[in-house]
Amino acid sequence: MEERIIASKGLYTEFSRKGGAAPTATHYCPGCGHGIIHKLMGEAMHDLGIQDRSVMISPVGCAVFAYYYFDCGNLQVAHGRAPAVGTGVSRAEDNAVVIAYQGDGDLASIGLNETIQAANRGEKMAVFFINNTVYGMTGGQMAPTTLIGERTVTCPQGRDPGYDGYPLHMCELIDNLSAPVFIERVSISDISHIRKARKAIRRALEIQRDGKGYAFVEILSTCPTNLGQNAEQSTRFVNEQMEKEFPLGNFRDLADQTEPICRADSVFKKKAIDDLFNLDTGSSPDAVLDPSFPEVQIKAAGFGGQGVLSMGLTIAHAGCVAQRFVSWYPSYGPEQRGGTSNCSVVISGESIGSPVVQESDVLVAMNRPSLEKFAADVKEGGYILYDSTIGECSIPEGVTGIAVPAIRIAGDAGSEKAANTAMLGIMLALGITGLSAQNFKAALSATFSGKPKLIPLNHVVLESAVSWANENL
Amino acid sequence: MSGKKEPYPVINIIECKACGRCITACPKSVLLMSTALNERGYHYIEYTGEGCTGCANCYYTCPEPLAIEIHIPLKGE
Repeated sequence: MEERIIASKGLYTEFSRKGGAAPTATHYCPGCGHGIIHKLMGEAMHDLGIQDRSVMISPVGCAVFAYYYFDCGNLQVAHGRAPAVGTGVSRAEDNAVVIAYQGDGDLASIGLNETIQAANRGEKMAVFFINNTVYGMTGGQMAPTTLIGERTVTCPQGRDPGYDGYPLHMCELIDNLSAPVFIERVSISDISHIRKARKAIRRALEIQRDGKGYAFVEILSTCPTNLGQNAEQSTRFVNEQMEKEFPLGNFRDLADQTEPICRADSVFKKKAIDDLFNLDTGSSPDAVLDPSFPEVQIKAAGFGGQGVLSMGLTIAHAGCVAQRFVSWYPSYGPEQRGGTSNCSVVISGESIGSPVVQESDVLVAMNRPSLEKFAADVKEGGYILYDSTIGECSIPEGVTGIAVPAIRIAGDAGSEKAANTAMLGIMLALGITGLSAQNFKAALSATFSGKPKLIPLNHVVLESAVSWANENL
Repeated sequence: MSGKKEPYPVINIIECKACGRCITACPKSVLLMSTALNERGYHYIEYTGEGCTGCANCYYTCPEPLAIEIHIPLKGE
């Protein structure tokens, strides 16, 4: 006999990313509202035919694992950052259906600013705000939406507005903005409310299917575990207490009179950026894939003002000129002069995963504190180049320490300030960067393009340092 | 069951966590909590075997997406 089957749609048929003893069951507690809402959203995505266009943004909170369940694209983002990431996705992929799924902590506390900003810009996204008046994942703390007098772990006497303020009404806040297309507050407390929630969720996703702009659905939900309730009590709590504070209803539905938002296709070609900023594409050619090129990791450190950051930039620029992949990653205090600063440079034949240098092939230390701080992180067989004015110091075993009279070389050539360039000359002479004299000279010319008088001076310092290295090393 | 052409729920016992929402939602009171435990140590929902109208209230109110399915035989067979 033929049957019509009412069953889960838009979600996976087995949650293999979750695994465990029951890979078809969710990780949620008994009586939790998340599973109900997942089901309604999955069904709507499936029925509207938007699964392949959808990018779900998983929050921080119990629903952090939303990607276990939803059969669509997914991003898991930092706490409260769904509006920012969603904006990025929506702007980069105009056809994407962006769905933010956020709890009361994620959306109304840490993410409140971004939520308001994204709503105010009318970003193309459907935001599903799960309000259950309590922090679930972290163990039942007070939320921005906790009711007056409601007890949680962090307000054991009940929320006192004199200390804790009042419950935040998100729909009402967002209803003050001009851009949102759709705003509605629903509940999943019991079946009659679930049927209404189902319609609102479909409407919000329809608006996304048609690219019409920002839709916000607040869903009053249950957290039996953290509120110490059974299923019936949790239903009554939502119906009798939450609804009083958060009245249900549609605040706005402008979908029928709103035209789809059409944005130009995003272009990610480097040339487009160069054209936009009027840059000379020839001066920084694209990197070329060359897995045979041994990756070099360099750390440069010294006092602020000794030019370690610009030395790092010059190395990175030399790598660019040689069409290598490069990264430059500075670290410095708030002061412009006198503090310590360092930078990490990676030069590679392949794209660089992380710009952080934990263990370096070369350490350039312009002062003693930097030498002492970073010497232990130099790889065996690596080099430590330090200014000879530092004097006696201990170099780890298996590492070559070279006391370079960098300040003197630079001073002899015309300016002690170019001591950092002298260090570049030593690196060049030792051949540890895999870059040529031409690369370094081109990079110096670029570094000093704003002060062209300094270019010949720095070229001379570079050459003097190479000569010093050839004579003394 | 299928001979009577009556709708019926299919319950995946291992996924039930015994919250009891479906019992409250069922207008015909044809769902009951088991006395036995499932493999994971929860009581679970059982169908009495008749009286289901296929309204799907239990399906929609259940927090476990895959725990309940509603099968509705099509008429005019």
